[in-house]
Amino acid sequence: MARLVVDPVTRIEGHLRIEAQMDGGKISDAWSAGTMFRGIELILQKRDPREAWIWAQRICGVCTVVHALASVRAVEDALQIEVPENARIVRNLIAGSQLVQDHVVHFYHLHALDWVDVTLALKADPGKTSQLAQSISNYEKSSAVYFKGVQDRVKALVGSGQLSLFTSGYWGHPAYHLPPEANLLAVAHYLEALSWQKDFIRLHAVLGGKNPHPQTFLVGGMSTAMDPNEPFAVINPERIGFLRDLVRGARKFVEQVYIPDVLAIAGFYKDWFTRGEGVGNFLSYGDYSSGDQKDPGTYLFPRGVVLGRDLTKVHPVDTAQITESVSHAWYEYSDGDKAKHPYAGETNPKYSGPKAPYTFLDVDKKYSWLKSPRYQGLPMEVGPLARMLVGYAAGQKEIKAAIDGLLKHFDAPASVLFSTLGRIAARAVESQLMAGHLEQWVDELDSNLAHGKVAICNTTRWDPGTWTSASRGFGWHEAPRGSLGHWVEIEGKSIKNYQAVVPTTWNAGPRDSQGQRGPYEASLVNTPIADPDRPLEILRTIHSFDPCVACAVHVVDARGRGYSVLKAG
Amino acid sequence: MLSHDTDVSTALARRGVTRRQLVKFCSGMLATLALPNRYLAQVVQAVGKARMPVLLWLQFQDCTGCSESMLRSSHPDVAEAVLDLLSWEYHEVIMAGAGKQADAVLNRVVNEDKRKYLAVVEGAIPTGEGFCTIGGRSAMDIAEKVCRNAAATIAVGACAFDGGLVRSAPNPTGALGVHEALPGLKVMNMSGCPHNPANTAAALVHYLTFNDLPALDQYNRPLFAYGRIIHDQCERRAHYDAGRFVVDWGDEGHRKGWCLYKMGCKGPAATFNCPVVGWNDHTSWPVRAGHGCIACASPRFWDTMSPFYDRIPSVPGFGVEASAGEIGLGLVGATVAGVTVHGLIKMFKPVPKPAPRPEPEEAVLTGKEK
Repeated sequence: MARLVVDPVTRIEGHLRIEAQMDGGKISDAWSAGTMFRGIELILQKRDPREAWIWAQRICGVCTVVHALASVRAVEDALQIEVPENARIVRNLIAGSQLVQDHVVHFYHLHALDWVDVTLALKADPGKTSQLAQSISNYEKSSAVYFKGVQDRVKALVGSGQLSLFTSGYWGHPAYHLPPEANLLAVAHYLEALSWQKDFIRLHAVLGGKNPHPQTFLVGGMSTAMDPNEPFAVINPERIGFLRDLVRGARKFVEQVYIPDVLAIAGFYKDWFTRGEGVGNFLSYGDYSSGDQKDPGTYLFPRGVVLGRDLTKVHPVDTAQITESVSHAWYEYSDGDKAKHPYAGETNPKYSGPKAPYTFLDVDKKYSWLKSPRYQGLPMEVGPLARMLVGYAAGQKEIKAAIDGLLKHFDAPASVLFSTLGRIAARAVESQLMAGHLEQWVDELDSNLAHGKVAICNTTRWDPGTWTSASRGFGWHEAPRGSLGHWVEIEGKSIKNYQAVVPTTWNAGPRDSQGQRGPYEASLVNTPIADPDRPLEILRTIHSFDPCVACAVHVVDARGRGYSVLKAG
Repeated sequence: MLSHDTDVSTALARRGVTRRQLVKFCSGMLATLALPNRYLAQVVQAVGKARMPVLLWLQFQDCTGCSESMLRSSHPDVAEAVLDLLSWEYHEVIMAGAGKQADAVLNRVVNEDKRKYLAVVEGAIPTGEGFCTIGGRSAMDIAEKVCRNAAATIAVGACAFDGGLVRSAPNPTGALGVHEALPGLKVMNMSGCPHNPANTAAALVHYLTFNDLPALDQYNRPLFAYGRIIHDQCERRAHYDAGRFVVDWGDEGHRKGWCLYKMGCKGPAATFNCPVVGWNDHTSWPVRAGHGCIACASPRFWDTMSPFYDRIPSVPGFGVEASAGEIGLGLVGATVAGVTVHGLIKMFKPVPKPAPRPEPEEAVLTGKEK
């Protein structure tokens, strides 16, 4: 029985380590460890809550935007600020475009190489690749000449002996099943997507000044001043036209490239519809309101919990039921190992792992910088699959139609969704849904502009003199990787306490005090491994969650805090 | 015009790049670097080299925002950079291999390409135990091994520059920037949160062309990118001079694009080339998008420039161009104590003449004057 180690897990955000116990060609047990810590919440203490978002946004530069949004919402909740409609729309546009861009980048640049053997693209017939491409999509770049050009580029790369980013791949691994033409198609779209993502995200430059780390959020609204007649207004008719072009281009790319590729590639790997299942519990805070952000009934992605793979029932979300355990994380609680609500957060980083350099972690003790979040004591998977399942179970029309269409395409029951491929498919489905909604928000902005409705920031509470002496708030967002919550406590004019419970903490966290595995750990158990020296199968399942570990590891608070639990959300 | 025209063309063709594309790309580089056109031939030749230099991109206490920023590079786009310009062999966020295969790349390059490869570092390096390990090794250990054996080390982003946000008070992990974590190592710093990929790409091309780094300021940042004050390049500057200020978010001045100084803009205290180079293929930059500058390229900006919405105490008189040294001194005090206008004068000197190719050891970058 050998212990496999994958560290660094690459093509993810952050520093993740997987240790897996092998038994008879299969994984019998697995441990997921975050190996980097910064301590951003501690840094946030005593600072101006109006700028907390600028700091919190740096929790992650891949999920840029999402922490800024959760942060301003938390502070607005604490200070009881309602944001103008235009601010809600601009935030939806920024976050929604982030989701689409992030999912496309994840599929092509972080995940595809687990399924696509770049070197096999050399054996493809460009003519047949063209036929394949035209059989699955109307995308115009589909000629034999085009694919020949891509193939020549790959040939030159391989011929030069300098494979650059592709130098260390698992090429020739027996688990690669795509025919050469599908490999060439995917390599071509890897390059197309690389170019598309940087063009599309100019939307964030218009509405955020730059990407990564857009800089236009404000507690109370947005700094993107609107005016129908001013050429130097951030949002004016000319910019609306530009935004519309960008979101239409995104929709086209998702519908004509991303979706067809996911369906085509998944078709060659159907055995992965039965692998990588996880914990079977799913949480979504819900988001993307069409009206009142506080009313879950207005959300594009519904709020709810699905327990034990039971899609017949959606349970309500009560954020007071969230706790975090540190029994296997490198933190200390002053009163033992009892799990705590984020408002009762009490965390001291205390590394007790092996001294570097080390070969294995001591997984019976503490072994990760991630805490173990639990809902009603249960591990939860969050992310696109959780959102789509909650939406499906809740009967949200668009989601239900899209998921039913997907299942019909594969002629498969809903149970296949609880899998590695299910996560990939759910991510594609929600990208398509979101890409379809972006233009609607541009239209709403356009209409408001035309009607002279230009309010975009509520500044009635900008002056700290208007605040009560103490307040606390909860802000959330359904980020690309799942449910994100920020909890802030304000005293006087500054932050007293700040806590974030982040999607990848839910998914990648270690065991809790009951010994329950986190979703990553659970998803790897029973996975067959063809070649333990090249554990491609581990990457497939872990990547299907789209790990973001910088996000997940950051929670720190001063010792000995004991807040009462507040029911939020 | 080019003495080795054929060789360059062959090398390019092998990589599927047309000469026309290359010249266009190189011209763009010259503009960012503020190099005269007569350098074009040299840049074209350097970029067309048959064997591409290896680049290793390390990530430590980071948010991956600087990697993402690099992915947004337009000229060159990232495909050009990683396929045509450099052999980009280690970069955890996008490389094909993982685990021991990834580790093997680092070891091979460090051993076989000693003093020939470029190291890029993203993120701070903790001095406290256990705060960052990769493959079971500490960040410090990896940085020592990879950076000390590189031809040159480039620190991208605020965290690698001086510890950035990770190091801001109370610095829970004892984080440091690269040049402090590895004393004596010469590092070129591309500060910013994140770094601007247009500048980093230009600096890389400069290195490939002249086998040396561009002229640097007192913080070892390239003068072409960090030598001028944002306020002096700002498109809203005329409003400042005319006394037209935004005083409330969304007010008339805000809708008309007036000066954001009173809303806490740090542009008068910051040096960077955002107003000229812009972000995301020149699309915009924060001040154009209606929010004040946070001086993200300045030393220890998280602690020295916040609270970000507080008005900076004093700005030199209307229409007078102050030097980065003078302004920086007023704000960040001791941090900039060593600053003189020397750095600025250096910037306006003619660009270094292309030197004969130095020995690899000498290629270790310096901030020295030519």
